[in-house]
Amino acid sequence: MEKVAIIGVGQSEFGELWDKGFREIVLKAGIEAIEDAGLEGKEIEAMYIGNMSGGRYLAQEHISALIADYSGLAELGTPSTRIEGADASGGLALRQAYLAVASGIHDIVIAAGAEKVTDVASEMTTDIMASSADREWEGFVGATIPALFALMAKLHFERYGTTSEDLAMVSVKNHKNGVLNPKAQFRREIRVEDVLNSPLVAEPLHLLDCAPLSDGASAVILANEKIAREYTDNPVFIRACTQASDYLAVQNRRDITTMESVRKASSLAYRMAKISPEDVDVVEIHDSFTIAEIMAYEDLGFVEKGKGAELIREGITELTGPLPVNPSGGLKACGHAIGATGIRQAVEITLQLRGMAGKRQVDCETGLSLNIGGTGATAVVTVYGVR
Amino acid sequence: MLPRFWRKIKYRYDIVGTVCETCGSKYYPPRNFCPICRRKSKMKEVNFGDKGEVVSYTVVHDTPEEYRMMKPYIVALIKLDGGPTITSQVVCDESEIHIGMRVKKAFRKYFEDGEDGIIYYGTKFVPES
Amino acid sequence: MSSVGIVSYGTYIPKFRIKAEEIAKVWGEDADSIKSGLGVLQKSVPDLDEDTATISVEASREAIKRAKIDPKKIGAIFVGSESHPYAVKPTATIVGDAIGCGNFFHAADYEFACKAGTAGIQTCIAMVKSGMIEYGLAIGADTSQSAPGDPLEYSASAGGTAFIIGKSPIAEVEATLSFTSDTPDFWRREGQPYPSHGGRFTGTPAYFRHVYTAGEKIMRENGYKPEDFDYAVFHQPNGKFPVRVARMLGFRSEQIEQGLVVRKVGNTYSGSSVLGFSAILDVAKPGDKILLVSFGSGAGSDAFIFDITDRIEEFEREPKVWDKINRGVEVDYSVYLKLRRKIKMK
Repeated sequence: MEKVAIIGVGQSEFGELWDKGFREIVLKAGIEAIEDAGLEGKEIEAMYIGNMSGGRYLAQEHISALIADYSGLAELGTPSTRIEGADASGGLALRQAYLAVASGIHDIVIAAGAEKVTDVASEMTTDIMASSADREWEGFVGATIPALFALMAKLHFERYGTTSEDLAMVSVKNHKNGVLNPKAQFRREIRVEDVLNSPLVAEPLHLLDCAPLSDGASAVILANEKIAREYTDNPVFIRACTQASDYLAVQNRRDITTMESVRKASSLAYRMAKISPEDVDVVEIHDSFTIAEIMAYEDLGFVEKGKGAELIREGITELTGPLPVNPSGGLKACGHAIGATGIRQAVEITLQLRGMAGKRQVDCETGLSLNIGGTGATAVVTVYGVR
Repeated sequence: MLPRFWRKIKYRYDIVGTVCETCGSKYYPPRNFCPICRRKSKMKEVNFGDKGEVVSYTVVHDTPEEYRMMKPYIVALIKLDGGPTITSQVVCDESEIHIGMRVKKAFRKYFEDGEDGIIYYGTKFVPES
Repeated sequence: MSSVGIVSYGTYIPKFRIKAEEIAKVWGEDADSIKSGLGVLQKSVPDLDEDTATISVEASREAIKRAKIDPKKIGAIFVGSESHPYAVKPTATIVGDAIGCGNFFHAADYEFACKAGTAGIQTCIAMVKSGMIEYGLAIGADTSQSAPGDPLEYSASAGGTAFIIGKSPIAEVEATLSFTSDTPDFWRREGQPYPSHGGRFTGTPAYFRHVYTAGEKIMRENGYKPEDFDYAVFHQPNGKFPVRVARMLGFRSEQIEQGLVVRKVGNTYSGSSVLGFSAILDVAKPGDKILLVSFGSGAGSDAFIFDITDRIEEFEREPKVWDKINRGVEVDYSVYLKLRRKIKMK
């Protein structure tokens, strides 16, 4: 198996990009990644693109061909594949790209993620997101995605004593980090009271517990070690990229306060990377909702089940703490461009491991990202290292 | 969406799911294939009864378009006395709902396809007493 | 021929109530004179997710549970209502699938203003007697409409009753007859949201003529006098009409009190006289004789004489109709407007 490295990263702004269309956003991220890698472009042998719902956001399927066309790769006949796993689409694209290079089939590929959500009304956006859960048995009864996370939160509160303040602190931390990220959608600090006073979306989750849905794209270039060394002095290696599934509907899960998919994907990732959770220096977690970050602390093995809130209470996961989580600002402050998120996380960890994260730089050699789809039926865990 | 709703009317109007006769696992919504026994599965339809207990709940304030009039409404996970857990709405006062609350099924309207479309009925829950 | 009648019954009343004072306040009327003039103190209001179909299903499920019969033995379902959720597409099919009576059953929706419920009972009696079916389900249910500011607004309410008709009944049908004529006392044209009525014309030529004639005739033909009945129940468009018609027919107030539910629940239309009748069944004893006369505008009355059998002693009758009526949650007029969808939405 080939060792796989990230040799280039790119990201568009995340947010309400009214004057930019899907094609422009993707191209911006792609070109940035290619330039960052020092490639001409034609070296790329294959493209993998994570996109959740071009079909409903844009009434455009065949996203893979569209991007191949607009990026000039169609001219070369380069294969392009779109991958869908709700908001884990980006993570899945990264994994497919990783597998292609690791297997030796391809030497150099691009993995991208993109979503354009603001071309439809916000009610439609909510409805489209709801299709990442079980439409027939959850969506039908009005169990929106925030509602399903709220069910997890409520039981976590009841069972483990986690509180709304704990959740608010996750959002406060991520906003604080976002201020330092020039590409973040929200670059302002908020207070715990702001979160608690924001409108309830699905009790106990307030508006500021929920990541926004954003336009945005991101891209990374992956290559085998030999090629990586030719292009860069500071490759960031993917030491593991694992994926696991759980029941689609929350009602069928063994325990709704645990994401089995995250437990399974991460334990496999640690094994493959030959590390343990304590070895991780920096983390990007899929905080689509604050409760998801707290649960991820536990399911990624950073703390035992039920004690997730302690990490936020004690400042462990602050930018200056021993285990910085979401230095980028996370989905909450960076924006959640659905299919782009998994790749954006890889961009952030790469910048951190390269030591190029600017004001939000943390001291690190090993990084981890967790990208989940919907309410956790899909989880992708990636471990990154400087060696 | 009409055929998609119609196909499952039986399972929505009442709490009818399936049980795998090979391993005894109970499923709601119904499955025609047991995830545990897979090809050895022997599925049989079963009614899971009228009552259950709230495992977790939320009061939904930010509602989908079709539920705008119902705002806020309660969504809960209910462990049925008959076995499986169901996601459903609970019709009661916000101050009443709590984890562990006993509830019973009620036939209610979920939403409508506008003023001239079909009406989607299904099972909700109300406090047992 | 073995006796045919009511094998089981079930009722459903939505939990919300609005008081006459609350409505009178909005329209600048005197609540006390409304209450004494109309004889209605409050009425039931359906929730946003309740309609004639949901009320019918809930009432039917209670009836089936109490009957302890396999729903697959039900061979016919009739839903009588003037507020069917669909103008075209039956409510009865929704009920059939919800109660799980299989697919080999006869179904139809009835509409005859406030007597569509008793019309279904008569049809079921005939079908059981003829041997066409083993059990029939006859439902009277409504979420009745009334224009804001119309006097009807004080009374038009929601609720329903379901009867299982068959052999070995708890209440045997000794006799039944109908009196019908073309009388335009109350109507709703196709596509109109609210009914219209002839004001005082709804009284003497409509309600009183039909109820009295049907009641008088069924007693005379069967050789009974008012004092032979333990209970009597008449359609209850308000609290006054049934009391007056009872007096005209020679009944004492003690005979009608138990079934006079309208004061506290309003006029449940197709469920009205049968809800009162159900309240009587709640307390009836073997050997009791009951007179039921419904009335539907347009117009007609169905009259019945029921004899309570020994089977009622074993029959589950909790929770009782009056318990359900008294267990309401009050709403104000603005919430009422929303619940009844009287606010024009985009």
